[in-house]
Amino acid sequence: MSSDTTLTKAPAAPDDLPVHADELPIVPQRRLGQWTAAAAVLVLLGLSVTSVLRNRAFQWDVVADYFTSDSVLRGLWLTLWLTAVVMVLGFALGTLLAAARLSANPVLRAVSWGYVWLFRSIPILVQLLLWFNIGALYPHLFGVRTVDLFTPIAVAIIGLTLHEAAYAAEVVRGGILSVDRGQVEAAQALGLSRWRRWWRIVLPQAMRAIVPPAGNMLIGTLKGTSIVSVIAVQDLLFSVQLVYHRTYQVIPLLMVATVWYTVVTSVLSVGQYYVEKRYARGTGAAR
Amino acid sequence: MSVMVDIRSVHKSFGPLEVLKGIDLSVRAGEVTVVLGPSGSGKSTLLRTINHLEKVDRGAVSVDGTLIGYRRVGDRLHELPEREVLKQRTRIGFVFQNFHLFPHLTVVENVVEAPVSALKRPREQAVRDARRLLERVGLADKADAYPKQLSGGQQQRVAIARALALEPKLLLFDEPTSALDPELVGEVLDVIRDLARQGTTMIVVTHEIGFAREVADTVVFMADGRIVEQGPPGQVLDAPREERTRAFLSKVL
Ligand SMILES: Nc1ncnc2c1ncn2[C@@H]1O[C@H](COP(=O)(O)OP(=O)(O)OP(=O)(O)O)[C@@H](O)[C@H]1O
Ligand SMILES: [Mg+2]
Repeated sequence: MSSDTTLTKAPAAPDDLPVHADELPIVPQRRLGQWTAAAAVLVLLGLSVTSVLRNRAFQWDVVADYFTSDSVLRGLWLTLWLTAVVMVLGFALGTLLAAARLSANPVLRAVSWGYVWLFRSIPILVQLLLWFNIGALYPHLFGVRTVDLFTPIAVAIIGLTLHEAAYAAEVVRGGILSVDRGQVEAAQALGLSRWRRWWRIVLPQAMRAIVPPAGNMLIGTLKGTSIVSVIAVQDLLFSVQLVYHRTYQVIPLLMVATVWYTVVTSVLSVGQYYVEKRYARGTGAAR
Repeated sequence: MSVMVDIRSVHKSFGPLEVLKGIDLSVRAGEVTVVLGPSGSGKSTLLRTINHLEKVDRGAVSVDGTLIGYRRVGDRLHELPEREVLKQRTRIGFVFQNFHLFPHLTVVENVVEAPVSALKRPREQAVRDARRLLERVGLADKADAYPKQLSGGQQQRVAIARALALEPKLLLFDEPTSALDPELVGEVLDVIRDLARQGTTMIVVTHEIGFAREVADTVVFMADGRIVEQGPPGQVLDAPREERTRAFLSKVL
């Protein structure tokens, strides 16, 4: 191991580089641990999948029978529109709460803070049961019997929306705070109206920070709506429960619900990818 | 020549900190005023009171004969509603140290935003004007790029085009080259120099002494919330009368 240059007087150390360092081949490190881990995980995965498929107790034929039955599809439909309604109303209310929290008005700020504190503190199940039994507190509202007003589906929408709004408020507020204050100042200096500053400048930039957690919430809400089965709203879960209370085929019918929830969640995840891309405009690195 | 900006005994505090301690300044139409001063002396705050991004506590600012942010009724000043202030701001261009371009809009969208939404110009006409302005700052080929795809110097030139799109009577620059790499400073100063040659009224806060000497009609030196000294560049920069001015110049030169 000698140096290639005659100028070097010191004895060559192993790390001394020859002149043509670019001709030295590079041998990648062997990642033995990674390969073993991957193999172990794949084996375990394969075992679980075959066990699920081969266990007759899953009764996949029953799953297939009920998968697209009328009552299951009706339940799925209710789950879907309930999710959509709760998401839209929840984010509408949440955006107002976020705006109130960020406003200069101390009363609005305090009320918004209090709302979020309260509705994040009450478990959604407790809230649903409270609304469901509100007739005990107010037997008559607006001249009608309260039980006629607070039908199970109305209770579901009210309860889930109020719950959702508390979380949406924080998500929207975080998004708005992520926008550089200078953006608003630049817009003010250009004479843009308050409305225009909000819709054209702040909100589109806030969306980048809002969309990922909002996508999370959407998927959470989709599955979270299954809680309304406790007040006998016929969503996807309640529909399969109705069947298995009759036929005692509990596992296969729960699988029907599980697969449907998974399918819808997958579709939503793909949608989220495209929405995120839409709001990432202009964020590319410098050329 | 007529007076474009008239600042009368402007005071401004942030909490207990008095940042402007009675500023009087007048700027004639078509002239360039360069404001110098150490960090924290209130230069940015003064500039921001001129387009009412900052409210004054006492005193008044008028631009082209119009009181900014207030209306005088008898011997009182009434705060104007935001709508009116926004209209006044469209006559005053502001260029920020950190550009503050809208990152989610393309260059040309950045430039047409204010003419379309604040001045209600037809979009097509605004786009045509914007392209002409971009050509003027040497960025015709970047019209459809996003700000992040441009160098700092290019971004600042877009910001200048964006301010010019409102055809302002007055341009305010707050350290337009301080955020730039040294080799990009020249291209931005060239644009400002060009505007000066065409008789645009400007107030420029900067630390570029060479630029001040060359372009300024008046140099204003601020320290500690007051104007310490003002006059033609030959006097303030080369033969300052005040000790504080001398001390500052010896540090930056
Ligand atoms: N919004 C604000 N709230 C509280 N203090 C502020 C605010 N804006 C400015 N200040 C303070 O006012 C003083 C003057 O600030 P200003 O930005 O006007 O100085 P400057 O001369 O522009 O300095 P620089 O050369 O560093 O930009 C500083 O001490 C600053 O900390
Ligand atoms: Mg400053």
